Amino acid sequence: MPDRLGETESRLTRQDYLNVSTKITTKERLKIERQAMPEQDATARAAAFCEVNLGFTEKLAMLEAQRCLLCKEPKCVAGCPVMVNIPRFIQFIADGDLAAAARSLIGDNALPAITGRVCPQETQCEIECIRGLKGMSVAIGHLERFVADWAYRHASQVVTAPPQPTGKKIAVIGSGPAGLTAAGELVKLGHEVTVYEALHKPGGVLVYGIPEFRLPKQIVKEEVERLQQAGVKIECNVVIGRTYTLQELRARFDAVFIANGAGLPMFMNVPGENLKGVYSANEYLTRVNLMAAYKFPSADTPVIVGRRVAVVGGGNVAMDAVRTGRRLGASSAMIVYRRTKKEMPARAEEIHHAEQEGILFEFLVAPVEILGNDQRWVTGLKCRRMQLGEPDASGRRSPVPIPGSEFVIECDVVVVAIGSRANPLLTSTCPDLKLNRYGNIAADANGMTNLPGVFAGGDIVRGAATVILAMGDGKRAAQTIDGYLKKG
Amino acid sequence: MLRGLFLKKGAVVIAMHEVLSKKQLSPNVTRLDVIAQRIAEIRQPGQFVIVRRGEGAERIPLTIADADPAAGSIALVIQAVGKTTRELVALNPGDAIQDISGPLGRPTDLIASGRALCVGGGVGTAVIHPIAQGLHRQGVAVVSIIGGRSKEWVIFEEELRKLGEVVVCTDDGSYGRKGFVTDAAKDVLAAGGVDCVYAVGPVPMMRAVVAVTKPLGVHTIVSLNPVMVDGTGMCGGCRVSVSNETKFACVDGPEFDGHLVDFDLLWDRLGTYRAQEQESMARHEESCRIGLEKPKAD
Repeated sequence: MPDRLGETESRLTRQDYLNVSTKITTKERLKIERQAMPEQDATARAAAFCEVNLGFTEKLAMLEAQRCLLCKEPKCVAGCPVMVNIPRFIQFIADGDLAAAARSLIGDNALPAITGRVCPQETQCEIECIRGLKGMSVAIGHLERFVADWAYRHASQVVTAPPQPTGKKIAVIGSGPAGLTAAGELVKLGHEVTVYEALHKPGGVLVYGIPEFRLPKQIVKEEVERLQQAGVKIECNVVIGRTYTLQELRARFDAVFIANGAGLPMFMNVPGENLKGVYSANEYLTRVNLMAAYKFPSADTPVIVGRRVAVVGGGNVAMDAVRTGRRLGASSAMIVYRRTKKEMPARAEEIHHAEQEGILFEFLVAPVEILGNDQRWVTGLKCRRMQLGEPDASGRRSPVPIPGSEFVIECDVVVVAIGSRANPLLTSTCPDLKLNRYGNIAADANGMTNLPGVFAGGDIVRGAATVILAMGDGKRAAQTIDGYLKKG
Repeated sequence: MLRGLFLKKGAVVIAMHEVLSKKQLSPNVTRLDVIAQRIAEIRQPGQFVIVRRGEGAERIPLTIADADPAAGSIALVIQAVGKTTRELVALNPGDAIQDISGPLGRPTDLIASGRALCVGGGVGTAVIHPIAQGLHRQGVAVVSIIGGRSKEWVIFEEELRKLGEVVVCTDDGSYGRKGFVTDAAKDVLAAGGVDCVYAVGPVPMMRAVVAVTKPLGVHTIVSLNPVMVDGTGMCGGCRVSVSNETKFACVDGPEFDGHLVDFDLLWDRLGTYRAQEQESMARHEESCRIGLEKPKAD
């Protein structure tokens, strides 16, 4: 990768630090304890939408980076869905060469400021970290976030040479994590990329789904701007399947990458689900995040602010919704989950933050009915207690109802966060495209569909998954598309 | 092909949707013809767009009442009832709407031949217009019954007259026939020969039309207008009950078999944000009064 920063200066600096860092013995490295992420005070933040984690300082980052043992065969890299060369960028931090760390990281990962905030590192890279065997793993996620934030503030030092244009045109459907990653990788390879976004703002789930306090919208905006400066074109308010068909895109572009997300919320199919005060997590979060309903009436879109909010589900979306409810002013914000804390799919950090903020948890409980008053407003959630039975197909023990255990949780807002199905808006207008039995697009591990030149990734292929898995799909699909275009 | 005004935001250029013309159709209904080239070219009867005036504004669904592909414009017919719609009708030619996405929703299920009765109430008459256009184009005989409180509230009469017979009803008898559209519909249906009814208007009106056609067994299509956010099926806020099954009006509709729609639920859910709408409106009126915002232009 060409080095735009004064090469000599950079090498000198690096050499200086290398001398220092190579002098640190493994024993000395092992003595350094994991640095804690500075956080906003829990009581103050339970009422605010600003970001919880404040980020490492340069000093904290360098100290933390020195904890990395620079394994010859780094297991952390294998744990990363986008295969970031983790020890390399961490060593640059330890050496104090942040420009090199940034170039290394951005070369591997198109959206590091986002993954550094929302990736479940504890189950991916950090779980593999050798230091985790005895004590705490290296805080890879916090270091990634530190480098990404530094890179944005020092953009001119991170610039790489523009690639040779290939003259190939690619359409990307959806500007969520899969779409943006693919777009970023494809422009790096010299292709011309146009991203189509159905909503009025780019970012997909990063702007409508993940709340401000976890991922500030400014960060998404900055990452999107960085991609646009690299040459990615983004057109908002274009709904593929309606504004243009997939066939039209196939005719106009050399390849199409479909990454339009899962996007059709599931409901529980219990009585009372159409009462006023019942939301899908998608609607609740979209109102608050994309439409800024937490600023109502300064922003025009309202949301029903519950005094007692019950959120059904145990994933990250449920955690986002319940913490949002708390911040909107609910005196009681509760998670209602049919298994136990151990089985919750949500990230450990999110559960920890929620507990700090006073979120209540009802485990081993499943709703059977939503109760309402005579004006059809929600008044409560009738539930049944459960016990864990035999493990199901997913390996988790499945909940079994306890007869006669019905009880009522009083609440005025119910948010259903039990997952989503594939949105048929696009696929139904293209019958040739092969789907699986759940209505998701059938694509192989490299993102190839049954139609030549059509690739897919993210939630439209996987069903509801994570940001980083979608990004992994975007990155792999970009490589597949590049190979496909070179052959053609 | 992009036309009209552009907004530059960082590296992005956003095509703004310029207002070409504005016409007051009734005391609170305004027609805006705005630039939306692609939508003008491909829209079909029954489809709608989601409109967001600018930063901080709500996303609201509006039916495409008409389109001129040559001019690259679509017609939006807006009833000013809350802050969002009042701000939209305050726009003048040369102003622009920031975001319009579409065309959304499934096109109208148009009968292929025979005779159709189109019933429009209030601003719903603007939704009936493209349906009547589509039917007329297929060679279906169209009878339209349109209504309003009094003469000044009747809209789209002239446009519908080009497509077939029109019966106008006013509540006070100031124009056309005195009474509700349902009374006129009863008479037309009693005479026989109607293959399908298309009814669009306020919920009580659609419910009343369905009450007339159901016993007669005449297929009736209604267009529902629940609260929407994204318009692509993502949020589920627009859920309605059809034949006791939950449907999303934005992707499964907005038109459904009227005999199967739960109108009580629709009516009830439309009231979800009444308190917030009033708060928003009161604030808006106050800021207009003290001159913080531009008052409604005529």
